[in-house]
Amino acid sequence: MRLINRKPGKPSALALAALPFASVVIAYAVASHYRRLENPADKLLPSIEQMAATFWRMAFVPDRRSGDLLLWGDTLDSLLRLAAGMGAATLFAMIVGVLIGFLPYARSTFSPFIASISLIPPITILPILFIMVGLGETSKILLIALGTAPVMTRSVAQAVMDLPKELIIKAQTLGASTWQMMTRVVLPQVLPNLIMAMRLGLVPAWIFLISAEAIASTSGLGYRIFLVRRFLAMDVILPYVLWITLLAYLIDRLLLTLSRRAFPWNHMQGESL
Amino acid sequence: MSGEPKIAVHGVGKSYGSAIVLEGVSLDVEAGSFCTVVGASGCGKSTFLRMLLSQETPDRGTILLDGEPIPAEPTEDRGIVFQRYSVFPHLSVEDNLILADEFANAPRLGRVFGAKRRKLRGTVDKTLEAIGLAGSRKSYPAQLSGGMQQRLAIAQALLKKPDVLLMDEPFGALDPGTRVDMHALLLDLWRERGMTVFMVTHDIHEAFKLGTRVLVFDKRRHDPHAPQRYGATITYDLPLDHRKAASVPDARDLITQPTDTRPGDQDA
Repeated sequence: MRLINRKPGKPSALALAALPFASVVIAYAVASHYRRLENPADKLLPSIEQMAATFWRMAFVPDRRSGDLLLWGDTLDSLLRLAAGMGAATLFAMIVGVLIGFLPYARSTFSPFIASISLIPPITILPILFIMVGLGETSKILLIALGTAPVMTRSVAQAVMDLPKELIIKAQTLGASTWQMMTRVVLPQVLPNLIMAMRLGLVPAWIFLISAEAIASTSGLGYRIFLVRRFLAMDVILPYVLWITLLAYLIDRLLLTLSRRAFPWNHMQGESL
Repeated sequence: MSGEPKIAVHGVGKSYGSAIVLEGVSLDVEAGSFCTVVGASGCGKSTFLRMLLSQETPDRGTILLDGEPIPAEPTEDRGIVFQRYSVFPHLSVEDNLILADEFANAPRLGRVFGAKRRKLRGTVDKTLEAIGLAGSRKSYPAQLSGGMQQRLAIAQALLKKPDVLLMDEPFGALDPGTRVDMHALLLDLWRERGMTVFMVTHDIHEAFKLGTRVLVFDKRRHDPHAPQRYGATITYDLPLDHRKAASVPDARDLITQPTDTRPGDQDA
């Protein structure tokens, strides 16, 4: 049988999925083992047990200096910034994206502008933000929002323009005004695309979050990683990276589940990643 | 009829860039007619339908609706059924059917809530029964078969009680058995409402079975070196006595692939 027609069963699919993960863990464990044979105090590849112990300490043992549980404090601060930035970007993308996609006048007015803005490398406006709004929370949230909103807006606008013209014509023959078409025909149909845009926007959003926290912050996951980097504390950095990855994964799955629950009509054909 | 045609088309032409699609289309249609429109692919019959819908405007000529110039945009008095994408995929069957009432009752939100919504949903029971979708009222269009979707599309197109119903190959994607059922449903609705129907179809037997008048779109002249030089127009306009409509043995001869000459081609 041709390779494209062979499909793994459920157990083998699970095993196959686990294979790359297991390989990396084993490769790390072996490398770490041999480095520590030479130097038991090796900092670059700490043992898995040591990382687990450090992670446990970060999560459940109050910090000696501040008395805080560092991991949860960092996580909360970072997620709040991420949520605020992504929330603002999503709201902007929803409103402006629908307007650009649906109204020719709005498209002529804003589309070239948004397209140009989206080409600015967001990190380059970080110094501008620091100068203009200071080093506080606003600059970090603004960086995330400004970095993700233009691309999300364009993808929503494209989704609106990809709606079959037939549906818009049909709505008009049913007596809909422009505003009614926006609220009942266009927006509901592109909400799944908006969620997709959020899922794709979260990838750069995390980058901007960690960058902003690394440069100017006193809390947050990115701040912590770049702080302990000075002490070569790989036993903190590696678990933190894994933790951030897990958070990103969970948020992504959450959005996918939300989309499936809220818009079942959009997930009736084909598989979605 | 009081003399004034429901739809009057005079010398209508349409081109896209250098490609001439339609030229010199003239037609008077009485209220209550069932016009079927046939023709080869790309002969402009769908373009003609879209002009009757105000989805497109003619480059030349005039279209009068009830003696008035046709509105510049789609309106409630002309219903439309497309071959695909006719119903709203994000709304359940019953919500597709109350949408027009929601537009009328909620100018701001376009949506009614609570008891009002339940009441509206109750008003579509008869319609659902008539189109055989009573058991699927909560389903989304993606869960319906092609025939069920088109029945819903027709019912939806008739919500505003239009006096003109436009259909663009509405049954093109359906299997033959389902088509026959759809024909019966459509003829019943047409007789009951007395509306004027324009239906574009690929199926010439369907055209003769349903129509009181068959319009054949074709090119009068054809330049083999510049196939887009000449546009199509109505080459045959056949009023039908419906009782005899069952026998149309030579129907297929009416549409030929474009050649340089053809019967009835006087002014070529």
